[in-house]
Parts: sequence; structure tokens; C-alpha cells
Amino acid sequence: MKLTEKEVRHVANLANLNLTEEEVAKMLVDLDGILEHMDRLKEINTDGVAPMSQVLFDAGDTASLRADVPMPSLPNADALLNAPQPGQGYFKVPKVIERS
Amino acid sequence: MELAPPELIAKYQPVIGLEVHVQLATRTKIFCSCEMAFGAPPNTNVCPVCLALPGALPVLSMDAVELAVKASLALHCRVNPVSRFARKNYFYPDSPKGYQISQYDEPLAEHGYVDITVDGVKKRIGVTRVHMEDDAGKSVHDGFRDSDRNTYVDLNRCGAPLIEIVSEPDMRSSDEAYAYLTELKQALQFVEVSTCDMEKGHLRCDANVSVMLKGAEKFGTRAEVKNLNSFRFLKLAIDYEIARQVALVESGGRMVQETRLFNADSGETVSMRSKEDAHDYRYFPEPDLVPLRVSDEWKARLAASMPELPADKRQRFVTEYGLREYDAQVLTLTRPMSEFYEEVASVSGDPKTAANWLMGDLAGLLKAAGKEIEESPVSAKHLGELVAMVSKGELTGKSAKDVLPKMFETGEAPGPIVDREGLKTMSDMGAVEKIIDDVIAANPKQVEQYKSGKTAVMGFLVGQVMKASRGQAAANVVNDMLKTKLG
Repeated sequence: MKLTEKEVRHVANLANLNLTEEEVAKMLVDLDGILEHMDRLKEINTDGVAPMSQVLFDAGDTASLRADVPMPSLPNADALLNAPQPGQGYFKVPKVIERS
Repeated sequence: MELAPPELIAKYQPVIGLEVHVQLATRTKIFCSCEMAFGAPPNTNVCPVCLALPGALPVLSMDAVELAVKASLALHCRVNPVSRFARKNYFYPDSPKGYQISQYDEPLAEHGYVDITVDGVKKRIGVTRVHMEDDAGKSVHDGFRDSDRNTYVDLNRCGAPLIEIVSEPDMRSSDEAYAYLTELKQALQFVEVSTCDMEKGHLRCDANVSVMLKGAEKFGTRAEVKNLNSFRFLKLAIDYEIARQVALVESGGRMVQETRLFNADSGETVSMRSKEDAHDYRYFPEPDLVPLRVSDEWKARLAASMPELPADKRQRFVTEYGLREYDAQVLTLTRPMSEFYEEVASVSGDPKTAANWLMGDLAGLLKAAGKEIEESPVSAKHLGELVAMVSKGELTGKSAKDVLPKMFETGEAPGPIVDREGLKTMSDMGAVEKIIDDVIAANPKQVEQYKSGKTAVMGFLVGQVMKASRGQAAANVVNDMLKTKLG
């Protein structure tokens, strides 16, 4: 095992997830498997290969950029369609200054 | 909280670094085409991207990149040919994505500086980095009927384009921090990267403050002070924080690294008591955006489009126009002011006199009318013409002071006003001589006094001549002629 239960709980907490005891045990095995897989990938010699975090294509500097021209936004009512609690044009959330 | 007295503070060396967030003056948000509008009704400038609806993807604005590069160049930074966006993960209701798109280990630009002068001493403050990121929305905690139970979230600002400018911990007093922020703001306004309007939150500042005994080599533990939304608060908060930390250390306490909030009402900083793991942001490369490439060619094109920076302009005003440092500083406070001045200087052909008229009489009229230099009813060309008339002796300074308010009122050029009111300096020497003779004849007592050595009455006699000429005789001519006549 590369991972501890405590670490699983810590990561879950950072991700705002409440896990049951069973889920913690399951995640421990799953995440451990992922880390082991990463270790296997590390065995490959990548000297001289630039790290890649996005799939790139050959194009000019600005090919992926957008012109600074405003487009219509959503009407307020549409923007709030999925809001659990809309009010006065706002999204209302329970008064939480800091996550407990 | 007890604060340390000045004699105790004097034993310590404060160390200050600033993190400044600046909103870029683009028309749209950084990653979507929603319009950037201040004061719009809540949640009306939002779209699937900035609301973080599933499947929506960010597309970076080219203008945001160009402004960020210009800002970096204005701060003398090295712009990296490749920089990368990263996700900074945290949960807060005003950030619907659950993360901020920022830049982490590969920022847009690094290794810059800002030169400051405090009490006549020049100092270079390092700029560690400039990186791009998106802004969060706004949480409204008060003002609604159910504000005791609910927070209202407006996402109009969510996705606003920001740059964060991080300084080296090079500042040693609140005055240096104040000067740094002033210079930085001025440079960014000159290159028109941002309005830097602090009241609208377009310029926001956090300060990292620590203290160490003078002569110590290792910095003390720092506190990050947030919510410094004016220059005055920046200075007050830093001075408070220095006094608090010195008192704490002197009383045997230990500083903890923490975030503190400045309370403008009490003038104090208060611990935010954030959770220990609140800073575990788990940064990772943003998979939805390709790396940002800024070629040398693109960078050169942007550099070529930049105006002269205020610090360079200030220096040039001193060397080219022979202005005093202080005057050069006043005349380069804003770009419109500096441009106005240069036109007056050029039209008048007398840069020093031009500076005096602009900073004195015109500035006074503008102030009284509550106008900025951009709104001046007197154009730079007309002020230049007025100054030229004075410099060439065609108009006395006294008459010019009467003409300027009329120009201010009507927007007219000085020439027609001077002609209409017959204010041209008397060039007819015979006429001046006649007035002088009349004055000498009318004031035998004063003439006698002068001849017996009481030269102070000269002022009175000159005054009489000027009065009789309705201010149109040139004072130096009158002086010389009177002296000659009185022997």
C-alpha cells in the first residue's frame, strides 16, 4: 500500500466529499492502484521528451485565442434555471463564510 | 491588541512584499465572450463558460494576453515564450468551477522591477512574476431581508481578466510600499492596461509583512494582510501590522504564518483563522487550455506600440525641458497631463514658463471648476499661444492672468481676446516715457525720497506707472527707464 486511510480522508475533505467507511476502504484500493500504475509508467525512460499536459497541434501563436468581441450573455432567468435557490436575480446559498 | 511604541519598533526591520491584482481593460471576460460591464444587474453578464455549466470550455482572449504582456513589459519583466495555465482548487460559492484558472510554475513573465524614490532616495523593487488568471464572482453578505441566513452570489465579475503582480520582499517601510504601488499604478495606466480604479476593485492589493531585529539575516514569519483597497489603507495596515508584530515578538510571543484582514473602521488587522489546509490548492495543469505562446515577434510588436513610460518621461522632462524633478513629477502624473504639457511646451517654445502656467493658473481654474485636464476648456495649443505672448513680451504676465480666465470661460484663443481688450504690451516707448514723466511730476515727494537714498519707494513709482498704463507697460522697461530718469 502506498496510501494511508488518513490520506484518503484528507484528499476527500479537500474535494468536499463526505465518504462512508466503506467508500474510504474502496477508495484506498482504487487510488492505490492508480499510484501503482503511475509507478509502472515511471519505469519508461522519458529523457529528452518534453512534458505534455495538453494535446497540441501545429499552429501559429494565436490560433487558440479569441478576439475580444462581446457576445450576448444568457438572460438572467436562464442563468438561474439550475439555481437551487434563486432570489432577486442572485444565486442564494446558505450563509457560509468559511467551509466547516 | 497592544502595539509596540516607536522606540521599540526602531529596533526592528520590517520586510514587505506586495501582491497586486489588476483587472485588464478588455471588453470581454478572459475565457468567454461575456461583456465586462461594471454595475450591471446581477447575473446578466454570464454564460455557460463562466457559470461553469458541464461541457463548457474556456477560450482565452487575445486582448487579455496583449494587455498582460504590455503590463509585463512596463514592469521590465522577461516575458516567457511559453507559459501555462493551471487549476487552483478551492471551494467557495462565488467560484462555480470549484477552481480558479491561474498560472503556477510557468507564469507569463518574471524578473522585472519598479524604481521608487522615497525621501529623495532611489531604490529598485524587484517584481518576481506577472501571471494571468480569472476573477471570482461577488458574494453579497448583507443588505437582504434574509441576509442573516443567506449569502447572495452575483457572477457578473466571475471570469474577469486579471493579472497578479508579485513583488520581491524588497520594501522596508510602508512609505516604500506606498511608492511602489503608486509607480506601478501609474505605469499600468500609461500603457492603458487597466483603469486601476481602486474603488471599482480594478486594483487590489495584499501585503506580506514580517519583522526581524535590525542586522538579522533571516526574515521573520510573515502575515498576509488582505483587503487593502486604498493607498491610505495600505499604509495604515502595514504600520499597524509592524507595531503588532514587534509587540508580539517583544513580549515573547511567536508569529504564526496567517492571513489577516484589514478593518478600515478600527484601523486594525484581524486574523482570518483560516483552516490549516486552506492553502492546499492541489495545482495541476489546466487540461482545457493549450500552453500560451508569445513569440519574440509578437512581443516586439506589442513593445513597439507602447507609449513612453512615466519614469522615462519624467527623466526626459528634466533633461530636455530643464524642469525641476518635482515639476516633472506633477506633469507626468497622468498620460493626458503629460501630453497636454508637451503640446503647450512645443507651441510656446518656452517649456519652463509653460510648466508654470499649466501647474499654476490653469490647474487652479480646473480645480475650481472640478474638471480634469482632459476636459480643459483651454486647449493646449491656446495655452501655448498665451505663454508665447508672455515670453516674447507681447503681453505682460499680469494681463495674461486676466486673459486666461476669459479663455477658460469661452474656449477662445488668446489673440482675439487680447486685441479686443487692447491688452497688448505698450511697444510705443514714447507713450511709456510720457506716463513715466507724468508720474514723476505728480509725485515730487517720493522722487525726493528716492534721490535721498530711500530706494524702496521705487516699487511705489513703478506701481503708479503700471496703474496708469492699465498693466500694459512691460515692468522691466518701466524699471530701467525710471532708474535712468531719476539718476
